[in-house]
Amino acid sequence: MSVDNGRKINNVDTETLLSIYRKIYTIRHFGEAGIDMYRKGHIYGYFHSYIGEEAIAAGVCEALRDDDYVVSNHRGHGHYIAKGIDLDKMMAELMGKSDGFSGGRAGSMHIIDNSTGNIGGNGIVGAGIPIAIGVAMGIKQEKSDRAVVCFFGDGAANNGTFAESLNLAAIYSLPVIFVIENNGFAATTQVSETSLCENLCDRGKGYGVAGKNVFGNDPVEVLTAARAAVKKIRNGKGPSIIEAKTYRHFGHHVNDPGDYMPKEELEKWNDLDPLSITLQYLKDYNVSKKTIAEINAGIEKKVKQSIKFAENSPEPDTKTFLKDIEAYDI
Amino acid sequence: MSRDDTVFIMGQGIAERGGSYKVTKGLKKKFGAGRVIDTPIAEASTTGMAVGAAMQGKRPIIELTYIDFTMLGMDMIVNQAAKYNFVTGGTQGLPMVIRTQGGAASGYGIHHTQSLEALFYHIPGLKIAMPATPYDAKGLLATAVRDDHPVLFIEHKLLYNTRGDVPNKEYAIPFGEAALRRAGSDCTVVGYSLMANKCAEAADILADKGIECDVIDLRTLVPMDRGMILESVKKTGRLVIVNEAVKRGSVASDISAWVSENAFEYLKAPVMRISGAVTPVPYSKNLAKEVVPDVQNIISGVKSLVRHKNT
Repeated sequence: MSVDNGRKINNVDTETLLSIYRKIYTIRHFGEAGIDMYRKGHIYGYFHSYIGEEAIAAGVCEALRDDDYVVSNHRGHGHYIAKGIDLDKMMAELMGKSDGFSGGRAGSMHIIDNSTGNIGGNGIVGAGIPIAIGVAMGIKQEKSDRAVVCFFGDGAANNGTFAESLNLAAIYSLPVIFVIENNGFAATTQVSETSLCENLCDRGKGYGVAGKNVFGNDPVEVLTAARAAVKKIRNGKGPSIIEAKTYRHFGHHVNDPGDYMPKEELEKWNDLDPLSITLQYLKDYNVSKKTIAEINAGIEKKVKQSIKFAENSPEPDTKTFLKDIEAYDI
Repeated sequence: MSRDDTVFIMGQGIAERGGSYKVTKGLKKKFGAGRVIDTPIAEASTTGMAVGAAMQGKRPIIELTYIDFTMLGMDMIVNQAAKYNFVTGGTQGLPMVIRTQGGAASGYGIHHTQSLEALFYHIPGLKIAMPATPYDAKGLLATAVRDDHPVLFIEHKLLYNTRGDVPNKEYAIPFGEAALRRAGSDCTVVGYSLMANKCAEAADILADKGIECDVIDLRTLVPMDRGMILESVKKTGRLVIVNEAVKRGSVASDISAWVSENAFEYLKAPVMRISGAVTPVPYSKNLAKEVVPDVQNIISGVKSLVRHKNT
């Protein structure tokens, strides 16, 4: 779906659009700060940037309530931010500091924050999917109308866990939304080589789960699909799949130059940058440049603050750690 | 399940049929299909479902019919469940129980006879209970369900039909407390699950021959009652550890190592392991009995330790 085909803006008011924009800009800016911190050596190991895919997390999470859940993967910073995570503690965790969510024990791929319904990330591709249906089963046990969203990629969609979990979600009518972020690559391998399916969301058909394909860089299109899926859950009607087609701006992780990503594709998708698309919406909604500049400034300040917080946070205490892990050697 | 409605149980054939070994018989009638759930044959995702439900605040029990099948759920057990407390900086629990059973029986074949507790023993963040008696089974299961961390509750297929006194009242046996099944000063014999019973049997016969043993039934492998083992070894100076699982990399090997490290000066003989042979379990009745320890093996082992002289 291209940007300028005169699509309708479906029941999305200015306030909602601004909320989405804030999410997207925060994810973008935090992501760029993260890469900068990595280059400076403050973040190390693996860092998988969400840059280029922001509209998916923002659009989906805009449809959720605070008491809904999000299950993420190794490329999760966008998900956590869209669900309202504290930037300070996340930056501290990324730097391995004691004020991080896990006291520095977890790092980039394993951000977990139950206070914002962030069930968390994972170093195993596809592992979030059964966990998400478990969260959904927990919701079913308490008979509430909460929802759980599971974000994963085209890579995980080929994992056995997806097939099994679709079946379980269907037979138990679980309140889960499977969001496939199809960015064209499973690590370094093109989707066309790993699947014969044009639309991965069609895989649900075999198990009785309906799927919808959306242009992932258009936050309104994503939000519209997410709202429909959430409504289904609130009405007790079970699981859905949303496949959001997108592209990452960089390689698989911060040290992957992405040599395998065709130049023409990168250029084409850079023109479809979700941030640009959202700014165009804001323009259509007559939101002033001044307002946007103020929002941006506020976010940049918050991100800067998170870096300061993380830098000031102490390294985790080794004595405490060694004492704590005695609990496992029993 | 009566005292806490966040507890629910899932597994293959457990609801309608009451389970392959009838352990869950009657539960569906009492607690309903919402809390007693039959699952498809999909160990990876159903184990994962238990992990996710525990993360969400419920207390799931999942039955994996044979411990051999836990292999299909290893990512969820080892990478996900076992690590959750650690990866949340030690702040979050994950109250799930995996109920399964293992052990050799002739005719069941290579995929229905393994004893795989050593694989889980090796993973920090998992607790392991292996009851040998009906009394212990009830008491340890209560503790397992009430524990806020993942527990592997490993039953033994040959013990389902054993009989013993089980009080009707509610009781819970703490983890990390072994049972002294018999007291004696000549040799310490440590076992768990079916082998603990065989150790007790062997000790009875040995007593008639004038050899008195401390028989320790570990009950739980993690946490393990190392205190009772060390105290006993300090008294007897001789240790035999009996386990059904393959000898190489067994729990018995680990116990032997730390006893050497912590009680070397008390030992009158090397620590002895009496374990399963390093092989899968064969189908044929005749062959199957060759690969797991029996009462006679234990008797011979203890006798040779008692006769051992340091030159």
